[in-house]
Amino acid sequence: MSAPASAPESGPESGPESVFPRLEPRLPSVSKPIQYVGGELNSTVKDWDCATDGPTVRWALMYPDAYEVGLPNQGVQILYEVLNERDWIVAERTYSVWPDLEKVMREEAIPQFTVDGHRPIRAFDVFGLSFSTELGYTNMLNALDLAGIPIHAADRTDDDPIVIAGGHAAFNPEPIADFLDAAVLGDGEEVVLAISEVVRDWKVEDCPGGRDELLRRLAVSGNIYVPRFYDVAYAADGTIEAVVPNRPGIPFRVRKHTLMDLDAWPYPAKPLVPLAETVHERFSVEIFRGCTRGCRFCQAGMITRPVRERSIETIGDMVENGIRRSGFEEVGLLSLSSADHTEIGDVAKGLADRYDGSNVSLSLPSTRVDAFNITLANEFSRNGRRSGLTFAPEGGSERMRKVINKMVTEEDLIRTVAAAYSHGWRQVKLYFMCGLPTETDDDVLAIAELAKKVIAKGREVSGRNDIRCTVSIGGFVPKPHTPFQWAAQLDHETTDERLKKLRDTVREDKRFGRAIGFRYHDGKPGIIEGLLSRGDRRVGRVIEEVWRDGGRFDGWSEHFSYDRWVGSSEKALAGTGVDLAWFTTRERDYDEVLPWDHLDSGLDKDWLWADWEDALAAADGADVEVEDCRWTPCYDCGVCPEMGTEIQIGPTGQRLLPLSVV
Amino acid sequence: MRDQPEQQAPPVQRLRIRYAKRGRLRFTSHRDFSRAFERAIFRARVPMAYSSGFNPHPRISYAGAAPTGAASEAEYLEIALAEVVDPAVIRTRLEEALPDGLDVIDVVQSPGGALADLLQGSHWLIDLDADPATTHDAVAAFLAADAVSVERMTKKGLREFDCRAAVVALSAVDRPAGARLDLVLRHGVPAVRPDDVLSGLASVAGLDPAGAPLLTRLAQGPLDESTGTVGDPLSS
Repeated sequence: MSAPASAPESGPESGPESVFPRLEPRLPSVSKPIQYVGGELNSTVKDWDCATDGPTVRWALMYPDAYEVGLPNQGVQILYEVLNERDWIVAERTYSVWPDLEKVMREEAIPQFTVDGHRPIRAFDVFGLSFSTELGYTNMLNALDLAGIPIHAADRTDDDPIVIAGGHAAFNPEPIADFLDAAVLGDGEEVVLAISEVVRDWKVEDCPGGRDELLRRLAVSGNIYVPRFYDVAYAADGTIEAVVPNRPGIPFRVRKHTLMDLDAWPYPAKPLVPLAETVHERFSVEIFRGCTRGCRFCQAGMITRPVRERSIETIGDMVENGIRRSGFEEVGLLSLSSADHTEIGDVAKGLADRYDGSNVSLSLPSTRVDAFNITLANEFSRNGRRSGLTFAPEGGSERMRKVINKMVTEEDLIRTVAAAYSHGWRQVKLYFMCGLPTETDDDVLAIAELAKKVIAKGREVSGRNDIRCTVSIGGFVPKPHTPFQWAAQLDHETTDERLKKLRDTVREDKRFGRAIGFRYHDGKPGIIEGLLSRGDRRVGRVIEEVWRDGGRFDGWSEHFSYDRWVGSSEKALAGTGVDLAWFTTRERDYDEVLPWDHLDSGLDKDWLWADWEDALAAADGADVEVEDCRWTPCYDCGVCPEMGTEIQIGPTGQRLLPLSVV
Repeated sequence: MRDQPEQQAPPVQRLRIRYAKRGRLRFTSHRDFSRAFERAIFRARVPMAYSSGFNPHPRISYAGAAPTGAASEAEYLEIALAEVVDPAVIRTRLEEALPDGLDVIDVVQSPGGALADLLQGSHWLIDLDADPATTHDAVAAFLAADAVSVERMTKKGLREFDCRAAVVALSAVDRPAGARLDLVLRHGVPAVRPDDVLSGLASVAGLDPAGAPLLTRLAQGPLDESTGTVGDPLSS
């Protein structure tokens, strides 16, 4: 037992000084100080010079959003654990600080720090940022600036870490190319170790050639994208003429990394358990990676191919280990379309049997209407509540769903919700998108008709009037590496008009209006997300301008300022001949060089284009459907031959056995 | 229709737990702590008794939690169990399941009655960045006053109340870099907190320490008015 008030800050015994003594006296004055102190269960603080033989390689990992959003992020937790398992690597975590602490840090000259050892970010070898969304870009600039690292890669010296981006947004890192030293596409588990080895070898040799040589080695040997080694030339019309390597040995295209055999990588095995409240208070197991449903709007489904399942046994082991080590009593089975796992029925039944009579509850996010069945839903609610079911038809009309290749018929949906309502569920949530290619007002108004039919059917089968349906609507943002990468984004004025018409239609309905909830956001943030998603290097100046003007936390409606982004775009893009609309609401042609064409997600660009044409044909009534290559023959998207990968699925035929009580 | 959930069995044993909030984990709020504690009892496989209903909760009663940012050696709670267990075993398991800095100090069987009724007063140490002589004078002036009115923002708005009557004992001691207050406070309504006493010292004698004071609760329990000491609520 330690003495009263003695800090159990099991902090750095060597290396750079902890900033905690300077931070601590100011913590009582900021909101939710617990988010800045670290010490989470299963967190790791290693010695700064932990390597027993040779140099230690040190990573600072950042999820560039508030702690409550960043801590639960699976990607960061996995990499943190994989890196720290090596006895020659130190990995610590850092998150965006709220404006109240930022003010204190600027006053006291406290640099951006890790929550583990409270070490300054600038002291690390590698600063790795995970971008699930482009709206974290201004937070990256703020963290760099607070860390005392020059925001432009060109201004950094050998005293600065290598700044590397990963995550889905890194599939088009061009808007932040000026701020990055490198970007990694795809699965991070193996490549972070490969990067660490390159850094170690370079340090063993006493850092020959400085950071430029280190980056060259990463680009040449590691399939790592180093933006500075590529020159971008623009044509007179503002489009890109070419992106070419500017020194010998640098590859023309950089390929994504794909982890095969997920059973060999059962992470997180030591889930972080925060003291602060976070957005996900559960233990999640990724039951498979990748999705081949072929929904044309879905960037995640396109860039994470092929499908790779975890086996039922690994899933069972990960769930048991995870809840025992975390104490979470809710388990989420994560993936892009969880009910599509080849053995989902056995997984659900096995887990429900195993934890029967306990308070462990299971949830299955991302369930498709056509893959849903009542047996499955019953297993998942055996120990929990039947609070609500969520489905995502995405498009209101059958025509729209054909355009996006989400082939869910109205009959499918009505049958599914009827089954749910008749089995005791009272609430169904439906997700849709607004602004999809070729969409008209009628397509959006069809959402209201669908919701009314859902309520009518629910009342009929349940014999009750208290059933509800919540309609949630997101604005569609065209994303790189998808068939819709050429599409024009819908302007925010039209988006808002359509949503208003839909809302009015629902509200006016006397019979059903009150049973239908309606959730949506205005179209403005989507336009900025669109700018950052499909932007090129010229957009970097906009991001910098916004940050300099005080822009932070753009994913938070209370911090996001559309006017600031518009003003900054006008200022930063002046004289380039391109503007916000050019990047967002403009349709692209087949011939246009897209900013991410030199970044290889494995998808064949001609296949994407053909799929885009099929979408337009479907819009005009053609009957074309891309099936799922998980069950039907390969449709030549290009990923497997290009990447040397293959689909990895069951069934394994195994069953989960009951656990013996310890 | 779904069946009503079955009633949970009544508890067979109640345990009282003393725990500490130390070092950087003193920034754990009460809500943060209760979430962490519920996870810890699950990890530690404590056979909790649960409340009945669609969403059963483990039966835990918290009493007299210290404010966020204050360290404490004397926080208390009571848990109800579905099986009879050895308190020493529960102590070991909980100690393993909680993060360092949230430390279980003692686990004893409850003799019955309400734990909160035993928590009548608290013994606090307050470390200040202030001149020792000035602090001594301020304490003397505070103790000489019959009443010291202070204001604090509460959930119901700005409230004005007397902070003098709740002070059972107060003295100043020197420490290497500043001063330390040794304070015994009587619990009551409205609750007078250590920072209210600091506000009182500021209003009576203009004591204005630099930076944030470090609060540490050393003891919480039955109050002996004659000696001004705080007893152990788990030994009574």
